[in-house]
Amino acid sequence: MTPPQLSVTDFSKSVLHTQGSLRLKKRREVHVGDRIFQKVLQASGIGILILLGAIAFQVFKLAKPAIAQFGFGFLKATEWNPVTDEFGAGAFIYGTLVSSALALAISVPMSVGVALFLTEVLPRKIAGVLGFLVEMLAAIPSVVYGLWGIFVLAPILRTHVQPFLGQKLGFLPFFQGPPFGVGMFAAGLILAIMITPTISSICREVFRAVPMNQREAALALGATRWEMIRVAVLKSSQSGIFGAVILGLGRAMGETMAVTMVIGNRASISGSLFAPAQTMASVIANEYAEATSDLHHSALAAVGLSLFAVSFAINGVARFLVWRSKKRSGLNA
Amino acid sequence: MKFTSALMRLSALVVFSSTAVLADPTLINGAGATFPFPLYSKWFSDYRAVDASVEINYQSIGSGGGIRQLLEKSVDFGASDAPMTDAELAKSSTPVLHIPTVLGAVVATYHLPGLDKPLRFSSQVLADIFLGKITDWSHAKIAAENPGVKLPKLPMLVAYRSDGSGTTSVFTDYLAKASPEFAKTVGSGKSVKWPTGLGGKGNEGVTGLIKQTPGAVGYVEHIYAESNKLPSAVIKNQAGNWVAPSMKAVTAAAEGALKTIPADFRVSITNAAGKDVYPISSFTYLLVYQKMDALKGKKLVKFLNWALADGQKTAAKLTYAPLPKQLVAKVRARIQEIKTE
Repeated sequence: MTPPQLSVTDFSKSVLHTQGSLRLKKRREVHVGDRIFQKVLQASGIGILILLGAIAFQVFKLAKPAIAQFGFGFLKATEWNPVTDEFGAGAFIYGTLVSSALALAISVPMSVGVALFLTEVLPRKIAGVLGFLVEMLAAIPSVVYGLWGIFVLAPILRTHVQPFLGQKLGFLPFFQGPPFGVGMFAAGLILAIMITPTISSICREVFRAVPMNQREAALALGATRWEMIRVAVLKSSQSGIFGAVILGLGRAMGETMAVTMVIGNRASISGSLFAPAQTMASVIANEYAEATSDLHHSALAAVGLSLFAVSFAINGVARFLVWRSKKRSGLNA
Repeated sequence: MKFTSALMRLSALVVFSSTAVLADPTLINGAGATFPFPLYSKWFSDYRAVDASVEINYQSIGSGGGIRQLLEKSVDFGASDAPMTDAELAKSSTPVLHIPTVLGAVVATYHLPGLDKPLRFSSQVLADIFLGKITDWSHAKIAAENPGVKLPKLPMLVAYRSDGSGTTSVFTDYLAKASPEFAKTVGSGKSVKWPTGLGGKGNEGVTGLIKQTPGAVGYVEHIYAESNKLPSAVIKNQAGNWVAPSMKAVTAAAEGALKTIPADFRVSITNAAGKDVYPISSFTYLLVYQKMDALKGKKLVKFLNWALADGQKTAAKLTYAPLPKQLVAKVRARIQEIKTE
């Protein structure tokens, strides 16, 4: 479009430039809001990436001496002794995985149940109030959960629940050993209560999004209420429920204060849920402020890095599972 | 002495006249130990009445954090329950002085119903309990030290601090000194690997475990046990006497160790000699740079001198044990070594 004979001179460049900017200006005049909006979104997206990268880099830098000293064996070793400078994250990884799994095992059925009750059973008005109350659970600070855990939950567990479980199900390895109240079991319970509002409120939105006529169709075919829920609501909400569970899991794995207060803080791996344990987040919270030896400090950063990696891996696997189930259901349809 | 007080008065005059010009108070920032925090915050607010031209901020982030910030020079002074190690001091680009401010004690406490007076523990029994060798309250060794006390047949639950703390440091330091076996299998430090028991976070976490569990035994700061009405065990000291943790007995620990206290005050006074000594006692320190800039340095020196005089009276009111008189003189001399340029 521009004359080719002028292509090398500065003059031509400036002409091109002005033409280009003129064109841009015109465009800008039309879509200025859109462009700004796009830039803002872009910046926030990139900002998150930069932030994540910076955190990972910083934690890695801090953890480097420990990584150099212990290598990958750090993830497996269970010895954690600040006096002799021996560190391994094995017991903490175990503690995080088991306490989170226990929390999910208790919380998922409960949350899905609550969400179904709110969307399918209760009249709208009452459901609104009750739903709000469930969500209020998420607003309670975790230190309050922790204190409630030590002073209310743990004594009940010690005097009633754990002796009962030990008596009735004591043949299972999970329910053996002396009942202290605090320990893995208490941590799992507290976490279950803490993640229930997250999972149930997302499930509620997911169930609401299921079209009404799908329900009506099921009912018209002669389904009972339970069959309708199973076929029309739950089936089509699978990936949504899965997403809710992943969010809950993320919260459970990262929870620090409440867990620290009730888990018993012992770097040991035990088959029994009554035994004390320790999670990755709780050991960092416990020891970081007073870690004086450099290696101790660095080992705690390495635990942080492990937590980062484990969360990343679990999220990745979960995304993959959601993607696959979506693809499969898409093919089936 | 006269000269220094005259000098101080002169510097105060300079300070006051300068504040007349500069309305903003000088900010001095510190960070460190949590144990003396209630006292320090009272001191700093009281000191505003003495000298309105200076404002001291203190963040109780823990001794380890205090030392780290001091080394990174992000604060004007640090505070720690345990003295800095040689390795830590070597990391500092300028010399650091340890200024002892008050004394604290750690007590062994427990949850046993139906006892009308505090239990007695020798260091040996205490070490055996925390090593997991004594696991029941009816153990013959405990009974031998507590004649006439009806001890129940109840399993023992050891409660320890899960977070790194000066309290753990003092307690394990004492046990390691008193029991070679404890020194070998556990050692001493702010975080240690306990052979048995459950960890509670903070004094409140340990207190929670002890209060909720009959048969529990643990250790907390003396002040914390007092304010939570927990029993404090009577401990057998080096001289063989049974001593309860009182302010006098804690100050006596510093007196007992007076001869062995080095010029830089970096010393552990657990298991100190002396017949009235409570053996699980320790100093808490302010950590200051030997070279400070003129304005802040002078004000800090003035504050430190105040803390050693009027401040000690406040300490007693808040149940922190004051420093023994002979030591105060030595500390004052040390403060004079702070150079302000």
